[in-house]
Amino acid sequence: MDKVQNNKAWFLVLPVLVLVAFSAVIPLMTVVNYSVQDTFGNNVFFWEGLGWFEQVLTDSRVHGALGRQLAFSGIILAIQIPLGIAIAVCMPKKGFWASVCLVLMALPLLIPWNVVGTIWQIMGRGDIGLVGYSLSALGIDWNYARDPLHAWITVIVMDVWHWTSLVALLAYAGLQSIPQAYYQAAKIDQASRWSVFRYIELPKMQGVLLIAILLRFMDSFMIYTEPFVVTGGGPGSATSFLSIDLVKMALGQFDLGPAAAFSLMYFLVILLVSWVFYTVMTNLDKAEGR
Amino acid sequence: MSFAWMAWTGPTAIFFGVIACVLLLFTFLGIKYPETPRRGILMIETTRGDRLFITLLGSAFINAGWLATTGLPQYWALGICAFYAAAVFRWV
Repeated sequence: MDKVQNNKAWFLVLPVLVLVAFSAVIPLMTVVNYSVQDTFGNNVFFWEGLGWFEQVLTDSRVHGALGRQLAFSGIILAIQIPLGIAIAVCMPKKGFWASVCLVLMALPLLIPWNVVGTIWQIMGRGDIGLVGYSLSALGIDWNYARDPLHAWITVIVMDVWHWTSLVALLAYAGLQSIPQAYYQAAKIDQASRWSVFRYIELPKMQGVLLIAILLRFMDSFMIYTEPFVVTGGGPGSATSFLSIDLVKMALGQFDLGPAAAFSLMYFLVILLVSWVFYTVMTNLDKAEGR
Repeated sequence: MSFAWMAWTGPTAIFFGVIACVLLLFTFLGIKYPETPRRGILMIETTRGDRLFITLLGSAFINAGWLATTGLPQYWALGICAFYAAAVFRWV
């Protein structure tokens, strides 16, 4: 029997469409309009054409922010993904301690971004902070407000502290879904611990790990609050990532035109990366017949 | 209700109008001529809508690249985009 097609269900999507129109489409259209004009306030605009795009695309300041952003995202992915997997593999699979570990792992995820920033801003201080004071006591002149390397280390350690648990929890969920039969088969074959990880656990975690990489990449690519609270983008512009630079441009300098062009290029990069991840994920699902 | 804060201009209105028309056209095509996804040179399954998305996204990058590197009139980039769109719809 042919399946009955009833397209009236599409009307149920209308509320979402209206919501998205107000929260995303209209603001995005406004940004596009701003990106080709100049303004000094009072809703008075002057036609500028593609000038702002040209300026943003050839601006060394924007290139620098993009470079720092890519470096930051690359570094935190390189740390968080292996670390998260390692933690998930080491976590107890069932019983009392499994629950304790799960709660402990979830804790950093529950803390708001600005609080995380404040915690690490204080922790890193040489005079009163636990980390900063300890490092100073060891003879290291620790100052994240003066030394770019120290600022980077602080911001990266903070992000690793905040978000590795997400990767760990996702990897843990992936591990839990592997049927025992696989492990029993590996035992019969006398497979080593490494072989079990390499040929059973890792392939079975592939799906959730892709989601973890996507989430962490997107989140780190849009990071604003934590580095803003800890370093304010400094020292100099050492930790001025894309969104920090963008806000400085839009709100600090009130350069709405260049900031709009900047945010559209930012949006395009995010759209491209999201599409690549989405395509890889859906094709992986199809390949696995899910 | 005033839309002055949205700062509309003729060219941006045409830009969004064209995109809206293309979306409507593809919705119409989707209803009138249903299709099955196919696999092209990217080795991924794509529908007509996917190919449109790849075309629009790629065109944005072609235009940005053209603007950043050449200094030549922007409508030449549109010409390249037309070839790119034809290639995407034919081979992807």
